[in-house]
Amino acid sequence: MIKKNSLFASRQIFIPIAALVLLALFNLILDPSFFKITLGHNSTGDPVLTGYLMTILDYGSEVAILAIGMTLVTAASGGQDISVGAAVAIAGSVILRVLVGLGGDGSLQAPIIVGFLAACVVAMLFGAFNGVLVAVFNIQPMVATLILYTAGRSIAAWINNNELPIITEPTFTYFGGFIPGIPIPTPFFLAVVCIILTMLALKFTTLGLYTQAVGINASSSRLNGLNPTFIKWLSFVILGLCVAVVGLIKTSRLSTINYSVIAKDIEMDAILAVALGGNVLSGGKFNIMASIIGAYVIQFLTTTLYKFNVSSDALPAYKAIVVILLVVFSAPTVKDKLLKVMKKQKGVS
Amino acid sequence: MAKGKKIKMTDTNLLLMITVVVFVVMYLGAMLFLKKGFLKPQTFFNILNANAALIITSCGMSIVMITGGIDISVGGVVALVSMSCAVYLDYQGGNVFTSLLLALGIGLLFGAVQGYLVAYLDIQPFIVSLAGMFFARGMTTIVHTAPFNVANEAFAALKGTRINVPGLGTVNKLGKYVNAYVEIGVVVALLTVLILFFVLRYTKLGRSFYAVGGNRQSALMLGINVKQTRFLSHLLCGLLAGIGGYVYFLHVGSGSASHASGMEMNAIASSIIGGTLLTGGVGNIFGTFVGVLSLSTIQNIVSSIGLDQAWWTGITVAAMLCVFLIIQSVILSRKR
Amino acid sequence: MKKNAVLEMKGIVKTFPGVKALQGVDFTLCKGEIHALMGENGAGKSTLIKVLTGVYEKDGGEIFLDGLEKAAVIKSPQDAQNLGISTVYQEITLCPNLTVAENMYIGRGKDVLTNWKKMNAEADKILENLGIPAKAAQQLSDCSIAIQQMVAIARAVDMDCKVLILDEPTSSLDESEVEKLFGLMRDLRSRGVGIIFVTHFLDQVYEVCDKITVLRDGQLVGEYVIEELPRVKLVAKMLGKELDDMEEIKDENQIYHGDEEVVFEAEGLQSDAGIKPFDFHIKKGEVNGFTGLLGSGRSECVRAIFCADKVIGGKVKMKGREVKLTKPLDAMKNGIAYLPEDRKIDGIVGDLSVRDNIILAAQVLRGFFKPFSRAEANAFADEYIKLLEVKTASADTPIKSLSGGNQQKVILGRWLLTHPEYLILDEPTRGIDIGTKIEIQKLVLKLASEGMSVTFISSETDEMLRTCSRLVVMRDRKVVGELSGADLTQAKVMETIAGGEM
Repeated sequence: MIKKNSLFASRQIFIPIAALVLLALFNLILDPSFFKITLGHNSTGDPVLTGYLMTILDYGSEVAILAIGMTLVTAASGGQDISVGAAVAIAGSVILRVLVGLGGDGSLQAPIIVGFLAACVVAMLFGAFNGVLVAVFNIQPMVATLILYTAGRSIAAWINNNELPIITEPTFTYFGGFIPGIPIPTPFFLAVVCIILTMLALKFTTLGLYTQAVGINASSSRLNGLNPTFIKWLSFVILGLCVAVVGLIKTSRLSTINYSVIAKDIEMDAILAVALGGNVLSGGKFNIMASIIGAYVIQFLTTTLYKFNVSSDALPAYKAIVVILLVVFSAPTVKDKLLKVMKKQKGVS
Repeated sequence: MAKGKKIKMTDTNLLLMITVVVFVVMYLGAMLFLKKGFLKPQTFFNILNANAALIITSCGMSIVMITGGIDISVGGVVALVSMSCAVYLDYQGGNVFTSLLLALGIGLLFGAVQGYLVAYLDIQPFIVSLAGMFFARGMTTIVHTAPFNVANEAFAALKGTRINVPGLGTVNKLGKYVNAYVEIGVVVALLTVLILFFVLRYTKLGRSFYAVGGNRQSALMLGINVKQTRFLSHLLCGLLAGIGGYVYFLHVGSGSASHASGMEMNAIASSIIGGTLLTGGVGNIFGTFVGVLSLSTIQNIVSSIGLDQAWWTGITVAAMLCVFLIIQSVILSRKR
Repeated sequence: MKKNAVLEMKGIVKTFPGVKALQGVDFTLCKGEIHALMGENGAGKSTLIKVLTGVYEKDGGEIFLDGLEKAAVIKSPQDAQNLGISTVYQEITLCPNLTVAENMYIGRGKDVLTNWKKMNAEADKILENLGIPAKAAQQLSDCSIAIQQMVAIARAVDMDCKVLILDEPTSSLDESEVEKLFGLMRDLRSRGVGIIFVTHFLDQVYEVCDKITVLRDGQLVGEYVIEELPRVKLVAKMLGKELDDMEEIKDENQIYHGDEEVVFEAEGLQSDAGIKPFDFHIKKGEVNGFTGLLGSGRSECVRAIFCADKVIGGKVKMKGREVKLTKPLDAMKNGIAYLPEDRKIDGIVGDLSVRDNIILAAQVLRGFFKPFSRAEANAFADEYIKLLEVKTASADTPIKSLSGGNQQKVILGRWLLTHPEYLILDEPTRGIDIGTKIEIQKLVLKLASEGMSVTFISSETDEMLRTCSRLVVMRDRKVVGELSGADLTQAKVMETIAGGEM
């Protein structure tokens, strides 16, 4: 028997990898300097690696962390959470409020870990709120999370009374930057930790089977002793946890927050990562590794476009074209048609 | 069961009724307790003036949602239309009529491409229109980056045109009688609502939207051309986004990349408050119209009771959406 | 075309990846006849019908219709409708969100505008003529499934069709409704409509049909006039072998009463599905059943036992000890297993592999933090695939690509893997072929002889009489009687169901 469900043997993971290879080839042909990585020193004199690949590793990690939770939400509920960007703003706002508070001088009022844990709790609470709407009230996820999407950034601003607290403590910048002595950006390590934790959870619990079963057929799952409501709800709470981690990275990068801009459109990247990973957006079977690779592919694309001097405002237009091409060529109907055409040509020759 | 003499209301009518009742109660409440502006007819017409574009795009959104899809590109299309028309009028020296054609063309193009991808290639509407939104937003800045006001005279005249509403004026502080007025966009919006209401209720195409949204497989078996119907729903939504874009442009008179940001979400919210189910098959254009009014009325109420910090608007709209979603969910699950 | 023929299909070929679903099948339908299309699951009946109705595009062959010079081109259900071919499918293919009248009229006619008044009036007239208790302006989802099915038939009947296809329309109808349907069919026959009737119920074939065409493995076995093909021969033709199996199960028909130990006992059990409180018990190794017309509450009773519906009253004892069951997991933990009535909605998890479908319930019982290893899961899957002779390419195949009978076996395997003491089978034989039906009945008797208690529900009374030693009879959501021993006859069951009013 073929081991189909194991991590890499699945054909699903082929889609994002193929996209990655294509993008890499594109850059290699047009400008190989894309792949150059240099070892330099940052303003505090610590060694850092710089280069486009490092940027991808750095920023792609944010999307990758969110993609983990988004994949689970997609699989269990058959919909997507569009409020993650707003939720990141809330999580970031909570961290700042706890660490420096209102009218503070920028010095830490509490250990960083406390701020992070508080953000985790709050983000999971908001995740739980989304989860209740989806799982208990049976509201379609996209619509249910529209509520937090609309209100989230307002809530984030409200938490700090619309002030923009600044953290002066240098250790706080480590999470979104570099830890002294380690030349690789910290977000990558955070992503790796999240991925390892997820893989352990999938290996040592039945989360994967339960989530898929609920996503494919909730009614049948219930009659097999599962609690679909709880499992859907749980997926949103897990996504909340991912949101808190990204909130930490985002605020650490700036040492402060910008309520209307922070993590803007990141939900779209996260959803695209899931789709690019070949996961069905209507729920059911999923492959988290494929989503994670999808996340880095999205960032690869973004960075490539930046490299070619596309302004950040015009970026979405190019991204959209690439996304459509990818989705069109991986659509089953298109595949069938291509196969038929190929068969015909074979028949002729 | 069926043997009972009383016929239960259809889901569509039930949700419509709730929406209308809530809106009327809300507006009457505002008139009674807040007085201030709410007693003036012009306040109501200003809501219409400010939201004519949203009404039109929301109608398109409702049609797609009734057919079981979604189109989150409408806000982007509105921005792109505004910017393109602005550039065309001021830099290219175009005339107003052709700029209108340009707007319709952009809308139709988005609708057609997205509709084709959704209906004939069977790609999920959310992903397709997500890409559509990205593309429209990006293109807007490619067309022109900095925001600017249109100086074209013919356009300015059209923009300034006010249509007086007879008999609903008020006497202002100086004792002068001021007629209540609406802008041209409102007339377009009301016509759109009327025409679409008729289309959805009485035409074969309209009923096909409902059938496809209710159960795609069944609709196919019942002899409906499902692919074509889905395509047309997106095409119509694109067209309406184009018209809405022009009306928006007419209202603000400028081009900017940040125009209509979040409009897609407001359109979805209005449709839902108006009784459209995202699962498809249930909804009403008149409800959507009332949905838009409800949405902006609650915003007006919130700011007029002194909660005018920016965040309150977002939070109130979200709270209202939340309440409506829960009401719908509870009612529909009870019925089953 | 043959004289009097309204439809002729010649050499129809249809292949799916890896499967030759139809291999040159011929089929002729004459004016004013009811023609049964018979065959086991996977024989190609559904495929043939879907080719005829334009759901599938055929790969070869030609279709001729009365009044058409050339071969007909049918590429979509719309084409079929326009050519006068109407279909009623087993599953409701109407839109639940539309009104009854709309469902009858949508997708046909040239009118661009809908005249609601006229449409409702016409629909009400037709519904009344056919004796269907529904109102035109009613939303379809507010009607019961049986009435929805009738509405679908009303639609087809009203379309002035030359060919009417009824694809297992009776599986959700009760007997009086079936009678009504047959009346309708005879009426249409006298008006010259050709009717293709697909069903799994042999009785119905002999009650109403004129001719029978039998398919097997995608090939035509033959066309027969009904008088010339007795039942036994028909079954033999369908199975492709003589009927030893049917005899065999009759030999095994020893009544098995079970031991004295009561495994499950319920007192005044009531759920929110609208059944009256009922008492029930089952002994170790006993096979009993709930019988009654469709909608009499027989399924709701077993659902209440398994807590599939919300239990709102009553006491439950397992082996004499009182237990509190509130959700399916509680029932499972107490050794109860339940194979649900609706395989597609409540049974299979479509996209998951056969293996995952088999281990699902056992995995849930084992717990969240103790996943089966891959080796264990494979071993279980292989064991039950072999034991139940499931026909599947591999354990990795998604269950949805299996035939109905094989899906049912996988679900059965899933519950056997939990090693239940009490197994509830709600319509395990519905919509599956005769061969598998017999296998399942045999299995039930075997399990009982090994000490398992089984509750068996089937629409076919003779199946229940063959397997059960005690029958609980239901009428109008109430238990109205209990039969055992010498009372277990078709006549007695009917009498009890009818309430002695016969």
